[in-house]
Amino acid sequence: MQTIRQKHLLGTRWFHWINLPLLFVMIWSGMLIYWAFPTYSVGPIRLFPQWVFTLFNIPQRLAEGMALHFFFMWLFVVNGVLYVAYTLLSGEWRYLVPQSFSAFHDAWFVLLHDLRLRRDLPSQEKYNAAQQIAYSAIVVMGAGSVVTGLAIYKPAQLGWLATLLGGYPIARLLHFTLTVLYLVFFTVHVAQVILAGWNNFRSMVSGWEIVNEEERTPAS
Amino acid sequence: MKKNERQHPELSLPDNEAQRIVRGKTRRSFLVGGLAAAGMVGAYEWVTHASPEDEVPWPQRRVLDFNGRLSERLLSNEHLMPTYAPDKIGGVKPNGHFGLEKPLASEKWSLQVTAPGRSATSLSLADVKQLAKTEMTTRFCCIEGWSGITQWGGARFSDFTKNFFGPGQPIPAYVYMATPDGEYYVGLDMKSALHPQTLLAYEQDGKPLEERRGAPLRLAIPIKYGIKNIKRIGLIQYTDERPADYWAEDGYDWFAGL
Repeated sequence: MQTIRQKHLLGTRWFHWINLPLLFVMIWSGMLIYWAFPTYSVGPIRLFPQWVFTLFNIPQRLAEGMALHFFFMWLFVVNGVLYVAYTLLSGEWRYLVPQSFSAFHDAWFVLLHDLRLRRDLPSQEKYNAAQQIAYSAIVVMGAGSVVTGLAIYKPAQLGWLATLLGGYPIARLLHFTLTVLYLVFFTVHVAQVILAGWNNFRSMVSGWEIVNEEERTPAS
Repeated sequence: MKKNERQHPELSLPDNEAQRIVRGKTRRSFLVGGLAAAGMVGAYEWVTHASPEDEVPWPQRRVLDFNGRLSERLLSNEHLMPTYAPDKIGGVKPNGHFGLEKPLASEKWSLQVTAPGRSATSLSLADVKQLAKTEMTTRFCCIEGWSGITQWGGARFSDFTKNFFGPGQPIPAYVYMATPDGEYYVGLDMKSALHPQTLLAYEQDGKPLEERRGAPLRLAIPIKYGIKNIKRIGLIQYTDERPADYWAEDGYDWFAGL
């Protein structure tokens, strides 16, 4: 006998897969805009070196970037708001939001486990503590992008918001930093999905997983 | 199963049956997902390759204009760019010299003002200076992303407009401003133009305007991107139709408001 179980709701999957291209277009158009004043760096590493802009054919496309950004922002926000509403109303948030501070402690052990420094995992429900923190944080980051974005989009009409965030230049830096964090999230997320294997990936597409399939197949 | 049993059903089935069911669900989901992805790619292609209006594919141009109208609708005179102490001045570089190519012949300069149903008027700098002088130190935001703080001195455009039309007279919905040679021009909605921080400026950072910064008279409109802060104004044209705008014709947002 084998047990199959619905892991991800239909809405969760739609919002997730719609968000992927929307976030990508927002980052891409954001890069077209950022090129016009690329001032940030991490230590000696400029964000971004000229060759990165050249490689992706980014230079001289500010107007195109702004038009794209201020078109797709609506879809990005609507999808995000619907996702949050759906997650709250369906009760899915109970699996996603860490229920206590021990989540941080558990997440540390998950990290050690994933780095092959620890054998066993803390007990979990649908998501482990590291996933809970990551998937909750990404929603907060999305809201942060909207708030910082509004502050630099309308620093006069929403002057109080820009002031609250530390002023126009700081709001711009925060908006950019969040974008870099998306790329970090994306890299780790995709790596984890690859490592978790087909049964897990399939559940994000079809919704269904085969319970404990990993334990049935010999470890590779 | 603990909670949410209804949402997350579980089935225990013989191995081959379980595999068959999951494979079927997966196939169907990939098919639907693939169609949705194809639809999204098609939509993106349409959004980015529809016939352009002023260099922007029309669906995006419509949304830019919608955003602008929404922003204009919400704009009020209480929406102010933050002001600063004069010791915070810095970071604004002269950027853009369209319409300034020829040296300024100050003695020949005059300001032409027109409006529908009125005869054209020619004004001197002294005429503008007769209006109450406002000084403000505000952030100047370039559409490229940089910003700086600068001090402006000049007449409120709202005072200028009231003075031109006379009290209680209707004011057209838009205003167009151009350099004397017509090489650079901006279009403005009247709400932004009459905003209390919109000045016809003749001083910057406490000194008379330098030539490269727009002498003898320029627009200081900190609630718009720098591209709308036209230098060396030679013509002010009140109009009922949305006027042309140099950068909007080149793919930028017409409203360009902050």
